[in-house]
Amino acid sequence: MGGNKVKNRRPANSVISALPWIGPAILLILLVVVWPAIELIRISLTKITSAGALEGFNGLGNYRLLFENPDLKTIAIRTVTWVLSVVFLTVIISLPLAQLINQNFPGRKFVRWAMIVPWAASVVMTSIIWKWMLELTSGEFNLTLRQLGLQDGQPVDWLRDPRYSFFVLIWVAVFVSIPFTTFVILAGLQSIPHDIIEAAQVDGASSWQVYRGIKFPLLRNSLLIATIINLINVFNSFPIIWALTRGGPGYNTDTTTTFAYKMAFVEYNMGPSTALGVINFGFIMLIVLIYLRVTKATRDQA
Amino acid sequence: MKLNWTPKKAATAISAYMVGLFFIYPYINMILTSLKPHGELYATPTTRLPKSWQFDNYLDVWAAAPIADFLTASVVVSICATLLVLIVSVPAAYYVARNRFRGRSAFLLLVLATQMFSPTALIIGIFREVKFFGLLDTWPALIVVNAGFNLAFAVWLLSGFFASVPVEIEEAAMVDGCTRFQALRRIVLPVTLPGLVTAVIFTFVATWNEFTVALTIISSPSRQPISTGITTFVGQYDVAWEYLFTTTAIAIVPVVILFISIEKYLVGGLTAGSVK
Repeated sequence: MGGNKVKNRRPANSVISALPWIGPAILLILLVVVWPAIELIRISLTKITSAGALEGFNGLGNYRLLFENPDLKTIAIRTVTWVLSVVFLTVIISLPLAQLINQNFPGRKFVRWAMIVPWAASVVMTSIIWKWMLELTSGEFNLTLRQLGLQDGQPVDWLRDPRYSFFVLIWVAVFVSIPFTTFVILAGLQSIPHDIIEAAQVDGASSWQVYRGIKFPLLRNSLLIATIINLINVFNSFPIIWALTRGGPGYNTDTTTTFAYKMAFVEYNMGPSTALGVINFGFIMLIVLIYLRVTKATRDQA
Repeated sequence: MKLNWTPKKAATAISAYMVGLFFIYPYINMILTSLKPHGELYATPTTRLPKSWQFDNYLDVWAAAPIADFLTASVVVSICATLLVLIVSVPAAYYVARNRFRGRSAFLLLVLATQMFSPTALIIGIFREVKFFGLLDTWPALIVVNAGFNLAFAVWLLSGFFASVPVEIEEAAMVDGCTRFQALRRIVLPVTLPGLVTAVIFTFVATWNEFTVALTIISSPSRQPISTGITTFVGQYDVAWEYLFTTTAIAIVPVVILFISIEKYLVGGLTAGSVK
């Protein structure tokens, strides 16, 4: 795609002549992304009532209120645990899966299609299906454990038992993140020229040596991109937690994302919520900047 | 494909089938549950297959819950958001692919950055903006927000496609008396059709599945799209799982088929030219 971009371009134009073409796109981005971002930052520095009325400049008052919240520290630590473990597990599981569905076997197309399903389906709906499968008495999960003889006596209430509920959320997040990640890695595998691999095979390299010595280093870029996009998606992941536990019981499964939402739209505690919103936004900005830096080299080649 | 089954090949195939089954199993479970009568849901001993197959669930659900309203909302919002994305992204992608201009890189960076944002982090700002325009609880707000966040995918994907059409063909058409717009419509658009189809399907599916914004700005039950509408089943004391899952099946199956049809181009658009 786009191999001969430079040749196809006409001489440089002024930005004015570009505006009729790119203006609408800029306008839409300003309206939908930039405006809310500025509004969020503005409100975070303003005194705001629970009904949403503004009562003048408040300096860092909202931030002070936020950091006085005794639950914040635990929630922040949980958020870091959540993002790192989901992304790590997703990438570690996706690597061999991509390798697997890159092999030649009958029905490969259907296996790939099956793997697309969790990616295409709504995340809330998938989460609700998992909620049903994890049901105490009639859920698929406990049923399978019983039939395999791995569970006798009291079945486990995976979603309500505080010892397990957070792991269940991690599990569902990994489940919905794997397909996209696997397909990005698969695209990376498919872009490796065949002759390099054949040459190594002719030289007597085992398939593990080929993977370790040739394929894996060439996957660096795909892995990096998949990791960064997952970091952002998992950090933003609101529907899974909302559908399965609503961050509860209490704040027991909240991340900073669901906590900010809960404060704003359930507890009407707008001030600290906007402060946390700005911090969340800042964190994503940081990852986006890293992403733009990392991809710059490849974009400049294009 | 020639089938020379070696033990290694058989092992590969069998593990791949198990992986595939694993990823669709929840959805199979969903469909099986949607075909059970209510009384069987919590019956002991639990069975995987329905004992009496209740295909009528798929007819009765329309009366049991306002899913016709939910689906109408989803269809209208998704189609309008898709159209808006097309109207805005096609000229931008075309111009960017064909021209150098001051601010070109800045524009591309802006687009790439928005692709990485989801509305979740900005939701309070979005809520207040929508309220400012007096559009809370309306479809237009949902349409514009969804279009804005899906614009980047379309711009990146389409500019790649436009750049792959040799500029000479297009200029030849213009020499033959086509205006630039006619050249775009008659020469370039047909060649870039796969890209357009991908952008359309991707935006449609993304909007169809969007949850957070719909949850926040749509409050009337009758205006909710299917993604938030189904959560109204869950809050009830005795969850009608069989109807819940007939509804999710109706909502999931079509978009899965659409998504599978654009499999080839998905990764390229989502990773914005960074995976070569």
